[in-house]
Amino acid sequence: MEIPAARDPVSAAREVFGDAILRVKEFRGETTIVVEALRLPEVLDYLRVSAGLVYNMLSDVSAVDYHPQDYGAGFSGDYRPERFAVSYHILSMLYNRRLRVKAFAAEADPRLPTATVVWPSANWLEREIADMMGIVFEGHPDPRRLLMPDDWYGHPHRRDYPLGKETVAFSFNEAEISKHKPFASD
Amino acid sequence: MAVATQEGSVEAQRRWEGSLDHLRGLVSERAVTGETMLLNMGPHHPSTHGVLRLLLELDGEQIVTCLPDIGFLHTGIEKSIEDKSYEKALPLTDRMDYLSPMSNNMAYAAAVEKLLDLDVPERGQLIRVVCLELARCASHLVWLGTHAIDMGAMSVLLYAFRERERILGMFEMLSGQRMMGSYIRPGGVWRDVPDDFLPTLKGFLNDFPAKVDDYEALLTQNPIWKDRAQGVGVIEPDVALAFGMTGPALRGSGVNWDLRKAQPYSGYETYDFSVPLGEHGDVYDRYLIRIQEFRESMKILGQAAARLETVKGPYRSQNNKYCPPLRSELGQSMEAVIHHFKLWTYGYDAPDDEIYSAIESPRGEIGCYIHGTGANKPRRVHFKTPSFMHISALPVVSRGYLLADMVAIIGSVDIVLGDCDR
Amino acid sequence: MGVSSKLGNLGVVTTTVEQAVNWGRTGAMWPLLFGLACCAIEYMSSQASSYDLSRFGMELNRATPRQADLLIVSGRLTRKMAPVVRQLYDQMAEPKWVISMGDCASCGGVYNNYAIVQGVDEIIPVDVYVAGCPPRPEQLLHGILTLHEKVKSERIADWA
Repeated sequence: MEIPAARDPVSAAREVFGDAILRVKEFRGETTIVVEALRLPEVLDYLRVSAGLVYNMLSDVSAVDYHPQDYGAGFSGDYRPERFAVSYHILSMLYNRRLRVKAFAAEADPRLPTATVVWPSANWLEREIADMMGIVFEGHPDPRRLLMPDDWYGHPHRRDYPLGKETVAFSFNEAEISKHKPFASD
Repeated sequence: MAVATQEGSVEAQRRWEGSLDHLRGLVSERAVTGETMLLNMGPHHPSTHGVLRLLLELDGEQIVTCLPDIGFLHTGIEKSIEDKSYEKALPLTDRMDYLSPMSNNMAYAAAVEKLLDLDVPERGQLIRVVCLELARCASHLVWLGTHAIDMGAMSVLLYAFRERERILGMFEMLSGQRMMGSYIRPGGVWRDVPDDFLPTLKGFLNDFPAKVDDYEALLTQNPIWKDRAQGVGVIEPDVALAFGMTGPALRGSGVNWDLRKAQPYSGYETYDFSVPLGEHGDVYDRYLIRIQEFRESMKILGQAAARLETVKGPYRSQNNKYCPPLRSELGQSMEAVIHHFKLWTYGYDAPDDEIYSAIESPRGEIGCYIHGTGANKPRRVHFKTPSFMHISALPVVSRGYLLADMVAIIGSVDIVLGDCDR
Repeated sequence: MGVSSKLGNLGVVTTTVEQAVNWGRTGAMWPLLFGLACCAIEYMSSQASSYDLSRFGMELNRATPRQADLLIVSGRLTRKMAPVVRQLYDQMAEPKWVISMGDCASCGGVYNNYAIVQGVDEIIPVDVYVAGCPPRPEQLLHGILTLHEKVKSERIADWA
């Protein structure tokens, strides 16, 4: 079987999606494509199935929170229009290369379309982000919390969530416990 | 089932935690009507390898649906790392995948090095390879013992842990700790190997292959073992890829993908070893692959032990902006003292940018995503861990098998809940 | 072993009820087969060939709390897991003892954050704390022997 020659993912995606590819960045040999949030699943699906690209595996989905001031109009560095960003790290086993596809979500109502339709493995990775960062993935088949208990309040991995907030699960000896415990939030 | 006996208790029944309403759409309708049974397995169960909870829908003994519930060991490591400088965060990574702490150290150190663009000297890379392969053996030994116990072979654990103690002894020799060594650090390793390490390693390499033969004699042709393992938990290659499975679980399905070969790190491209592959993708193939990996690790360790004698030089980067100067320099050089003080109080700045780097752990690909802030603490660290992906695939892998096979499947994909929940 | 042996009745040993019961309790103290995190692996090591907990009458791990005397909380306890551990403890029959194994179970260890209970003593009473991250098997053995000392000193008057 003949393997088609590898194509440049950036120019291939630009050709098809045009303005939906907002920025392209190179850092330490890694390519990042910033795409328009609403067209994210389309772009990912295109990168997965097209000959010469075949990014057949989703390695990781990770979210980052640029709180408090490293984003928006007042920020002078990288292109960071919104507070939250979600990166899809995809891997082409055939051509042995990686690519990062990134989309931004606004602080007021962080929403992104789900990539579960493209890769089933995105299911849990996105659930984890929804749990930890509070980003809603529209069309996700199972939007329950993944790691934290169902009745948990807040999204722990946001930058404005305190690290050491301690809530007591059983209150019968609460006074005795708090007497000798240091509190990180103090 | 709760029965509504009093007025107003309908509301109470709705709030009753056994209500099935929140499971609608996740389990089949037959479970809601009571035709099939819902069984809770874990979080305290001897063969879920930690604190995994599975909600199983059973038709007789057959698994219809499997809903894994994780997070019982969610430690907030990623959030804690955001509050520490890059080097101080390293001990936390040990405690994610506690069966092979060295691999986690390596994943994190490799990511930090990539972010800083820091090079590791040859001897440092060599010592790392020794540690990683020993960690692979130690991790597979625990897997072998516990997997065999799950399947009813009690004695294998005693043999496997006997050899594991020797590996832990070597780790203690290197780092001063049996398990959580924090030995592999950004820029190299903590210190050079002590003088008595090499003879100990050679003694181990001399004995271990015969021990692997012993394990095989106990299990490989054992008819009970074969009955329990062959044809059970078959993972098709396309399913494995779709669910992002890596490591022996992927190679058991015949997909030739090993990051040590495909994207070599730490000088793995200079070692001669092969990647064992399975054919059927069942529990038995995954068992055979890990047994073969013992032998391949022995090959790598043999070559590395020979090089340890010849390759001399620094064991960590000489760039004192990122790596501490030698202890012996502190008495003579003011610059060394300044570097030392700066490193252990403030740390170092890393660029405000993001990288992703991955290595092959005993379980599969451990990826580390770091987004720096430009200062000495990361903005975000995320670990992509193999157990997480493997557990997310359990519903598909286990569908249609018997309840007893579930235990075999969990064991064979080799999950560690600390690795999964982080 | 006083008068009776002098009289020649060598098959008889006299002792107090307290001592006999405490001897029985320490000689066959069955732990719950329960592991949380890293410390559970060291706990397995102490059960396995090199350290061999069976020497202290503990070779039998019971997977059900109803048959166990000793709960070894081995590892970090998360907020999500805390109710489960409490329920396991409540299900154990009296008399029961708890060893908090490792730094995380004893005081939260290196994880002073939102997810980890800062010491298992917040939810269940603890008899012996074993320090270490993770403790070596020898340390766990020492903890267990310390617990044995404690059990041996229990008085009949204190039994509820």
